[in-house]
Amino acid sequence: MADARKDWSFHGGVHLDDHKAESTGQPVRRLPIPDRLTLPLHQHIGLSAEPVVRVGDLVKKGQLVAQASDYVSASIHAPTSGRVVGIGPQAVPHPSGLYDACIVIESDGKDAWTDLPEPMTDYATLPTADLRERIRWAGIVGLGGAAFPTAVKVNTSGQRPIDTLVINAAECEPYITCDDMLMREQAADVVEGIGILRHLVGARQCLIGIEDNKPEAAEALRQALSTKADTGTEVVVIPTLYPSGGEKQLIRLLTGREVPSHGLPAAVGVLCQNVATAVAVADAVLRGRPLIERVITVTGRGVRQPGNFRVAIGSAADFVIAQSGGYSDAVRQLILGGPMMGFAMQHDQVPVTKATNCLLAAAQDEVPAHPAERPCIRCGECVKVCPAQLLPQQIFWHARAHDFDKAQDYHLFDCIECGCCAYVCPAHIPLVHYYRFAKTEIWAQEREREKSDLARRRHEARVARIERLEQERKARLRQKKEALEQKSGESAADPKKAAIEAAMRRVAAKKAAQPPEPETPGGE
Amino acid sequence: MQFATGSSPHLAGPQSVTRVMALVLLALVPGTLAMLWYFGWGLLINLAIAVITAVVAEAAILLLRGRPVAATLIDLSAVVTAWLLALALPPLLPWWQTVLGTTFAIVIAKQLFGGIGFNPFNPAMAGYVLLLVSFPVTMTRWLPPEVLSGNLPSLADSLHMIFSGTPPAGQTWDVISGATPLDQMRTELSQNRMISEIHKSPLWGDFGGRGWEWVGNWFLLGGLFMIWRRVISWRIPASMLGALLLVAGLFWAIDPETHPFPAFHLFSGGAILGAFFIATDPVSASTTPRGQLIYGALIGVLVFIIRTWGGYPDAVAFSVLLLNMAAPTIDYYTQPRIFGQRKSNDA
Ligand code: SF4
Ligand code: SF4
Repeated sequence: MADARKDWSFHGGVHLDDHKAESTGQPVRRLPIPDRLTLPLHQHIGLSAEPVVRVGDLVKKGQLVAQASDYVSASIHAPTSGRVVGIGPQAVPHPSGLYDACIVIESDGKDAWTDLPEPMTDYATLPTADLRERIRWAGIVGLGGAAFPTAVKVNTSGQRPIDTLVINAAECEPYITCDDMLMREQAADVVEGIGILRHLVGARQCLIGIEDNKPEAAEALRQALSTKADTGTEVVVIPTLYPSGGEKQLIRLLTGREVPSHGLPAAVGVLCQNVATAVAVADAVLRGRPLIERVITVTGRGVRQPGNFRVAIGSAADFVIAQSGGYSDAVRQLILGGPMMGFAMQHDQVPVTKATNCLLAAAQDEVPAHPAERPCIRCGECVKVCPAQLLPQQIFWHARAHDFDKAQDYHLFDCIECGCCAYVCPAHIPLVHYYRFAKTEIWAQEREREKSDLARRRHEARVARIERLEQERKARLRQKKEALEQKSGESAADPKKAAIEAAMRRVAAKKAAQPPEPETPGGE
Repeated sequence: MQFATGSSPHLAGPQSVTRVMALVLLALVPGTLAMLWYFGWGLLINLAIAVITAVVAEAAILLLRGRPVAATLIDLSAVVTAWLLALALPPLLPWWQTVLGTTFAIVIAKQLFGGIGFNPFNPAMAGYVLLLVSFPVTMTRWLPPEVLSGNLPSLADSLHMIFSGTPPAGQTWDVISGATPLDQMRTELSQNRMISEIHKSPLWGDFGGRGWEWVGNWFLLGGLFMIWRRVISWRIPASMLGALLLVAGLFWAIDPETHPFPAFHLFSGGAILGAFFIATDPVSASTTPRGQLIYGALIGVLVFIIRTWGGYPDAVAFSVLLLNMAAPTIDYYTQPRIFGQRKSNDA
């Protein structure tokens, strides 16, 4: 069955120099814990976590310091023991040098653990809700860079049943090797994590997608799998082609299934998780540990000793780089993430977060300055490489003209911002930049529209209320008038008839005065 | 420490517009050499006049528009336009007509629309059509290929004719010039002559006009080179030539005495050059994969229609310009299915 699996491909993609060898020469090294740790409250997709400590509190390693504030949110734990010295805005990893709320902890140097919850080694016999709760407690988010809360992602109840767990071990971005090293060194933990995840969602099979430039990692996984009597989990080696690690691209490569546009993998019966996330899940479930550290790649010719390091979340980037050997003279840019999708930081006084997989200190020749932008010559190179099968030049054309409706007609929101189009564009147009701009503008417009919608609804409600009051007032007035008329007309021809008519009018007027039917006062 | 910023992707591939255009020029070399061989110095002189005019005109307009001059000229697109136009001009065209056509191509058809990337029409073909309708006599005064005449005008004679606009002393235009095979075919067919008779004329080679057929082959080679280097896709040339062959073949099959053999259409006149180098001009062509097939095929069909029933002997320029107008619409209705979109909800 497994052998009959067909090799699929996805449209487009680009071949890039992988630059992986630079950082895989040494085993992962644990860096010391810095004196200060800065924990952003918002380092995941969803709402910010809510602090549960106050300035001055003493905390232990692994202690909850901020609680998930919503279903889609993630808790944060102290990466070491020490004292909370501040809760407030600090520089966070963001392309525009944003400040955001953080908890700052000063280490006491003891690194003393708090009491951890019991390991759930018998997880297969436990209710899945308990396992999800543990993952939620541990604050685990997707460690491939997306940082979506894992407890939410694995809650697939109410969706189509999941038959396949896809483990994303492609690591298709150049330079980044943290997953590669993790698999080489902790293959057994990966396999344990997979076991838990499969149990959680009831996946009949698991496919681990790994690019063919990581033979050691693939071999380590195969070894680990052969010692566990794990059936239905398979290591699938895929060709090295960026962006094979895009969630939808990888699912297509491994299963041939196409996740619908604007849909989730669950729509085709798939759950996709990153390898490092699987290890974090194993840590939480089998060892009762929250997510307080991760492996990151520090690389590029801008650092003296490229390699992979296990760092406490909240360590500052400058600390990490200094500890790992420091900058070389060649450094020009500091990129958080890879060279295709990562973002360039203005400075290095930002903390490593759960989502940080790489610090790329790049030299001039590694990431050359963008050549001047020239007009689009409509050559269609971008179309050939777009893995989302879009027409990037058309989206660009309309985004540049601020014609956002047209940009959406050309499926702007299906763009995964992989950067393949900009990479091949002979006119050197920063296409992705235009797409981000268009998306931000559209979101802003939508927020505006929602606001004005709300205002309009309020206004309409108010108009309706005034109208109703006015009708009621008129109705009362008429009633009075009729009562007067009635008196003056009493002496007229047929008093009996007149009395009946008056009574009828009164009934009608009374009815009219009732608010639900203001349009028919007097029944005219 | 402060670092340089910039938006992702931080990597850029090796391509540039200059490189693309340089590859196009390179691909034009074999066919151009073949034309020089068959038609002599005149073509080279035209080429020089056109290229110089194009560069000067583009530089002047860029200065006027306050745009960077060197950065734009270096993209070589003006040279490509001039080159293509020169290949389409009769070798002994008076110099000022070449200047006029090139200036029109660069200034009106390209820069007035906003420069490279914004021109809805292929500039070279716009220049060509302007000249054709303005100067029908000089624009149809071709030289017979060398294989027929045995002696091409010398460099001095060519210069004399181009710059004075008169034939050398003691000669007349009728002696020097000759009709193109397409022209000849039209004229004779209109005199109700049969293809089998027309074919006896020394103008005909193995599968097209003599000389012309080989020029076509060399341009084909350049075209294939561009497809190999992924400068152009195969879609437009294949669909254009395919459609031309198909329609021509259909009419030929019905009545081979009044319709020339399909290969004649391919290897006489500008069909090959047009299919690989002109219809594929990315700026003015269709850009979606399906759109390119439709765009190319329609050009092919139009070429046949205009050649057979229209008022002009060759039709590539008109057909390309007409389809340039339709390209945006074709693109809109041929958007490819995007990833994760079902076939049924295709717009
Ligand atoms: S690759 Fe660049 S120049 Fe070519 S069509 Fe796309 S956006 Fe335009
Ligand atoms: S960035 Fe968007 S448009 Fe460009 S190739 Fe990637 S998915 Fe396509």
